[in-house]
Amino acid sequence: MIISVASGKGGTGKTLVATSLALSLKDSHKVTLLDCDVEEPNDHILMKPKITGSEPVLISVPKVDESRCTYCGKCAQVCAYHAIAVLGEHVLTFAQLCHGCGACSYLCPEKAISEEPRQTGVVEWGHSDGVEFVHGKLTVGEAMAPPAIRKVKEHASSDGVVIIDVPPGTSCPVVEAIKDSDFCLLVTEPTPFGLNDLILAVETVRQLNIPCGVVLNRAGVGDAGVEEYCRKENIPILLTIPLDTEIARLYSRGITLAEGMPQWKGSFLTLFERIQEIASERVSRIKR
Amino acid sequence: MRELVVLSGKGGTGKTTIVGSFAALAKGKVLADCDVDAADLHLLLSPSERQKSEFWSGQVAYIDEERCTQCGLCQELCRFNAIKDFRVDPISCEGCSFCSHICPAEAITMKENMSGYWFISDTRYGPLVHARLGIAQENSGKLVAVVRQQAKQIAEEGGKDLIISDGPPGIGCPVISSLSGVNLALLVTEPTLSGMHDLERVLGVCRHFGVLALVCINKCDLNEENTRQIESQCLGQGVEIAGRIPFDNIVTQSIVQGVPLVEYSNGKVSREIERMWRTLSAILRNSSKEK
Repeated sequence: MIISVASGKGGTGKTLVATSLALSLKDSHKVTLLDCDVEEPNDHILMKPKITGSEPVLISVPKVDESRCTYCGKCAQVCAYHAIAVLGEHVLTFAQLCHGCGACSYLCPEKAISEEPRQTGVVEWGHSDGVEFVHGKLTVGEAMAPPAIRKVKEHASSDGVVIIDVPPGTSCPVVEAIKDSDFCLLVTEPTPFGLNDLILAVETVRQLNIPCGVVLNRAGVGDAGVEEYCRKENIPILLTIPLDTEIARLYSRGITLAEGMPQWKGSFLTLFERIQEIASERVSRIKR
Repeated sequence: MRELVVLSGKGGTGKTTIVGSFAALAKGKVLADCDVDAADLHLLLSPSERQKSEFWSGQVAYIDEERCTQCGLCQELCRFNAIKDFRVDPISCEGCSFCSHICPAEAITMKENMSGYWFISDTRYGPLVHARLGIAQENSGKLVAVVRQQAKQIAEEGGKDLIISDGPPGIGCPVISSLSGVNLALLVTEPTLSGMHDLERVLGVCRHFGVLALVCINKCDLNEENTRQIESQCLGQGVEIAGRIPFDNIVTQSIVQGVPLVEYSNGKVSREIERMWRTLSAILRNSSKEK
């Protein structure tokens, strides 16, 4: 079962929820935690994993053999990203713009273009206190997160529970991280900002046809907008975490809720049971 | 023209609260919300929409079933696994158009993709350019570029000399697009290990692109030891601390009321944001117009 933890708005508590859910389930399940927020991965700060392996994130960029090139311009014409240009008797490549689709090398009539790998990040894996751990790190200055996210997700094991920590937002990195999930937890806070971004996140998971539920974090301040919206849209609020400076202080020191306040483990186990119920109801509904 | 962008690396550290207050404090500026994924600045500024425009960007492959001979070449060559059972999954398609060039039956065409909207709105604080990227769309960086370009144009037409942008979280494509060529970046962090880790990375991006950055420590009393560590790390790297904001529930209350904090309260947090604005505006005044 794959559960992704997403949010729309940043800083609502995705990492807090993903790590504590993983630690609460590890005694009863095989758990893999994938940190797909490759721009700003934080799970390792709380999980302190022992890293046992790593591999680079590579995308294939064109390498032109100018001794074979006839400067016909086909490569520049087919590149949708303007990552290769032919100017007179020069071919210029812009590796940072290249998505690595392979069109230029395949379509070059002279077979003058080969591909070489360019590193845009790294994926590392290991384990922490009985939890399998994988994260990706985009190299500072690189723009494209999806290849690193895809690489992290290659490590999703087919058995046990896989928990994915998703980057904030609603665009391509988010979709890359949450697609193929069985369930998506949306973490939000009870403010107009939290509500606005929750609505966008709900639209995203609905477009991907993934069932979702809400974790309401920092409850007790703000307003009732999120709860009213969830009621109206029939989205279950599966867990409520109060605004509590003690929780914030623990987090500031890199301590998870499951570790720092073990009484929360039961709530995360219940959360998991409810997710299982919703996901299995849905499967049986689809079968019918 | 001078541009200030507010970034953070980690989300939810207080970028929008601070930009909302700068909107109320700064004179003669245009506001830009560059968080096109999850824009929130409009919720503080009560905008009235003046113009709504479609954002067309990129393409998506489309297979004509009648022409398709199901040879499978496109599925084999697509590196984004976007074609399954001779159908294109528009969400996975990156619009590279490789398939359309190699289809022996010429059954694949590329269709233009409408991937969001951008808006020009009037607010009490001046014009606001904001946007909404379509759900699950790509090219957020290009939409950010459109927002900035529009803001610049409005500023020039209105004889305004300053653009204040609310940036997206992270360090990737939309952040780079928000940051390139601005005069000054304010990086809002919090004294948590996550906030500190993410600050380090976004500072790296600013250095990479040669943008002067100052740091604001929000909720600085949450963990004073971490706050001191941020201060000493910044000092070591020659990065100035522009402000230290204590935690106060008044911030949430002002968001609920939908007004900039400095107009809602004249407490400690507001005074610190005002002080920070004076620091930043002095730096902006002295920075080159030519950038």
